[in-house]
Amino acid sequence: MRALGRRSVADRLGDWILYGLTGGAALGAMLIVVLLAYKLVDEARPAISKYGIGFLWSRAWDPVRNHFGALDFIFGTFYTSFFALLIAGPMSIAIALFLSELAPRFVRGVVGTLVEMLAAIPSVVIGLWGVFVLGPALTEHVNPFLGSAFGFLPFFRGGPGNGNNLLTAVVVLAIMVIPISASIARELFLSVPQELEDGALALGLTRWEMIRGVILPYTRGGVVAAIILGLGRAVGEAIAVTQVIGGTLGIHLSLFKGGDTLASRIAAQYQGAASNLQIASLVYLAVILLAISLVVNLGAQLIVRRFEFQRTGGS
Amino acid sequence: MSSPAVSALLAPDARLRRRKLVNHMMEGIGTLAALAAISALVLVVYAVASRGYSALDRNFFTKVPATFGESGGGIANSIAGSIVIVLCATAIALPFGVLVAIYLGELAPKRVSRVFSLVLDVLNGLPSIVIGIFIFALFVVGHGQSALKASFALSIIMLPLVARATQEVLALVPKELREGSLALGVSRWRSVLGVILPTSFGGILTGATLAVARAAGETAPLLFTCSVTVTQTSWNPHEALQSIPLTIFEFLESPDPADHARAWAAALVLMTFVLVLSVLAKAALARSRRKLSR
Repeated sequence: MRALGRRSVADRLGDWILYGLTGGAALGAMLIVVLLAYKLVDEARPAISKYGIGFLWSRAWDPVRNHFGALDFIFGTFYTSFFALLIAGPMSIAIALFLSELAPRFVRGVVGTLVEMLAAIPSVVIGLWGVFVLGPALTEHVNPFLGSAFGFLPFFRGGPGNGNNLLTAVVVLAIMVIPISASIARELFLSVPQELEDGALALGLTRWEMIRGVILPYTRGGVVAAIILGLGRAVGEAIAVTQVIGGTLGIHLSLFKGGDTLASRIAAQYQGAASNLQIASLVYLAVILLAISLVVNLGAQLIVRRFEFQRTGGS
Repeated sequence: MSSPAVSALLAPDARLRRRKLVNHMMEGIGTLAALAAISALVLVVYAVASRGYSALDRNFFTKVPATFGESGGGIANSIAGSIVIVLCATAIALPFGVLVAIYLGELAPKRVSRVFSLVLDVLNGLPSIVIGIFIFALFVVGHGQSALKASFALSIIMLPLVARATQEVLALVPKELREGSLALGVSRWRSVLGVILPTSFGGILTGATLAVARAAGETAPLLFTCSVTVTQTSWNPHEALQSIPLTIFEFLESPDPADHARAWAAALVLMTFVLVLSVLAKAALARSRRKLSR
């Protein structure tokens, strides 16, 4: 009888191959991220060596005279994302609460599926809808009202032009961010221990008071992370935004005027890029976009992990 | 059996009435928010369906685009191109993703697994246009575009989705199966191949379906890797093929209103495909989750 504990060659070889293949695949995934960052910087080198860090606060963008700078697009990215989050943040939380606490059982499944369907719609389709349906509808019905009712705010000054402006882009971004943040938040709200919820209700709190006093404080870190992850999506969205944002330069507060974001400018100008310097500048924009995206995503993930650690007491 | 005194005690006072009012208001706001999200979905689906439906006919699926200004013509070349690109991307991402998931879920020590999990989550959050530029810089510069390079870009986008879904189903495999196999002296690799993977097969398939639904709709990576316009229908992955999302994007820019109608029709095809796949996959995932965790 073969000595117990001696494994066959096939077994050891197979295990070795398994560990090698799977570990290699995992390393490969990490390698992609590193290689991606390196390759992007490499491809942008002509622009980086010409403009240096000043690219980030230069306002130029002139393909004819070969002057390029990123400030208008950095502003556009943050400005549109800020307003998109302003809309999407509270709405995501409200929808997540609806799906986890307020709706009757059978409604939750249906509405949850519908919200996830919204997330699945390709961005080019949402952009198409934005250009031909949302933009004109906003210009005709919403913008005049906003201009007259809130015109004292700098955001709603400047006459409504056509539908391709920052406001349409903000709405489109909000529509794309809400499903993501809402489903993460819903998972969080569902994870609150039932005893805490039941205890609060037993003490006589109304449903809303229980949400405000138990669920929201309990999940606070995670909800923040969910919204930041939505920000990551908003920052990186190129196709839907470029179709509706108007693609113009300019740093101004009016939402009725057009503008551009980092991702949107890259998508719009790549195919018509005339010179190597323009292509390198577009890739430089991508490097900035990558940096922003990495900071936002890493930040959100680290918040989630610390929040998980806190919640589970270090397990 | 409540006496008048008890009823008086239980009657709501002004403060309780106010709290109940606030509660009702908040529930109303939650319902409104959900309704707003649903109406956005309904508006988009309705607009695409109503505007795209009229241009759909047999020619649309079997013919290539007509020359500028002429009527007729369809998106046959785009459909073929998209099929090739997504299939190749799945062929790359599926084994890759399953291998990573096996490593993270079964073989890696806890701390290592956490780090790699973070890497996967970061990869998932990268803008797709950045991934497109990466493949452009890596493979396209100096060599030209092709469907295969587009598949590489899409496979990077699909990888975290496949890996995460696979990890989820792997974790659902009952501990008894795993431990029983190892207790019988079966080597690690035989356990994985013979016991764990077959149990998770359905879940892996649905994860792949979700990833396909995501990749089919991506446009930005295609811009940099496979956007040269070709009008012939080809199935060769080494050429630059036309694809549905890019076709929609390009029809938009055209001044011809007939092209806009074709854009809506192509959008209807793409949206239907993606939505049906997503809903089916999520339903299957939910069902297998319920089955395995009972």
